[in-house]
Amino acid sequence: MNGDGVREVIIRTHHEEWARVVAALTRRFGDLDIAEEAAAEAFATAVERWPADGVPPNPGAWLTTTANRKAIDRIRRESKRADKQREAQMSYDEPPRPAGAIEDERLRLIFTCCHPALAMEARVALTLRLLGGLTVPEIARAFLVQEATMGRRITRAKAKIKATRLPYRVPGAEDLPARVTGVLAVLFLVFNEGYLASGPDTDPVRRDLTAEAIRLTRMVRALLPEDGEVAGLLALMLLTEARRTARVSASGELVTLDEQYRDLWDAALIAEGHRLVRDRLASGVAPGRYQILAAINAVHTSARDARDTDWSQVVALYDQLVRLHPTPIVALNRAVAVGELDGPEPALALVDRLRDQLAGYHAFHATRADLLRRLGRPQQARAAYDEAIALAGNTAETAYLTRRRDQLG
Amino acid sequence: MKYLVSVIDDGTGRATPTEEADIDAFNDRLRTDGHWVFAGGLGSPDPATVVDNRGAEPVFTDGPFVEAKEHLAGFWIIEAADLDVALKLAADGSKACNRKIEVRPFL
Repeated sequence: MNGDGVREVIIRTHHEEWARVVAALTRRFGDLDIAEEAAAEAFATAVERWPADGVPPNPGAWLTTTANRKAIDRIRRESKRADKQREAQMSYDEPPRPAGAIEDERLRLIFTCCHPALAMEARVALTLRLLGGLTVPEIARAFLVQEATMGRRITRAKAKIKATRLPYRVPGAEDLPARVTGVLAVLFLVFNEGYLASGPDTDPVRRDLTAEAIRLTRMVRALLPEDGEVAGLLALMLLTEARRTARVSASGELVTLDEQYRDLWDAALIAEGHRLVRDRLASGVAPGRYQILAAINAVHTSARDARDTDWSQVVALYDQLVRLHPTPIVALNRAVAVGELDGPEPALALVDRLRDQLAGYHAFHATRADLLRRLGRPQQARAAYDEAIALAGNTAETAYLTRRRDQLG
Repeated sequence: MKYLVSVIDDGTGRATPTEEADIDAFNDRLRTDGHWVFAGGLGSPDPATVVDNRGAEPVFTDGPFVEAKEHLAGFWIIEAADLDVALKLAADGSKACNRKIEVRPFL
């Protein structure tokens, strides 16, 4: 294998094995820092050795063994500080535990990173670091915070895990549904930050983040195949990601759903997303929030042309979502669908009712602007566009709103 | 591992008889299940005195060390295997005493 080939194998192995190596070491040594540092050292050793020695037959096992050795070396080096407990953990292998429904190490790690006792930002950072293998600068860049700030967040979260003895385990069956919700919220946050990057200095779509969110959600889905909301979130991400290329024009401007060139949509991702949605419908179990959002996206991606969109079904799905998850943002999105089904006037009445709650949200003003434009009220539309532009953070969105405003004449 | 489970009072005042009964039941459960170490209720912070003897002479100051709307109204010290167990007990304790609760591990 040539150098490029080896490099590719290392990158792929990093993606596939990082979380497993960190998880296995965390289980053995009970310390996230040791696990993570040893895993990083093992990968560094692979980068050094594999091009010369060749790729081992089982790269994952090689990495785990190497990382274990690195961890033990590290503990020995620090033996003056190491407590007896760690020494004990080094010298015996845990007896095999009874095989439960869920025994994957990575799942324990996900639930540790997404523990409700940690701040949401810390959950996101830890998940990307310990499961995704992203570096602190990468995570800091993704969320537009200073590297030092992100570093402190991660350090503080790890210290809390250690000091409070936050357990490394999958919660019991009775707690699982509630805790999965938190895990999915973290993954959805990562995806959304990638899909609608919030900074004026970043690309409008952060493909690295959306890809990472999808990869981690696929992992959770493989570990919890029976969970409808996990399937729903994966479908939602796939159907959204499928439209990524069509969503920003060559000049970096947002292209709204109705104006997108649908041949640019990724047919394979759409097919996979539709299949997941159909499977969930066939299950007969009442859908949760992500499944309904996925179903809405399935309706959109089923139309060959924006004019063929089944808006009555979209509104019906939003009605269902409002009952389940009555937030002002859901109400706003429902109003947009109503605007397509019943016209801009009833939609505007619905939107205006949300002002108190959404006055600081750019999409509220953008929606109003569009409805006012369609109602032939250009002056009010212009004012609404101005408010939306002032609040929008995404570069593609700002460019789109500015052009729309300037077209009002 | 030991955790301090603090009861935060945000102006509701003393426990009602129903709350007292629920707290007693919760305490019994802690004892039965081996989580009980110690617990106690505290008077209001009004008659507290702050003592500072770091200097040449001890200084006694009337009032609590920090003025806040919320104050510590009581606490449990519990023994729990890990944070999840402690949090679950704290959730039940919060229900029993009908107050907000803070959980902190001992060093």
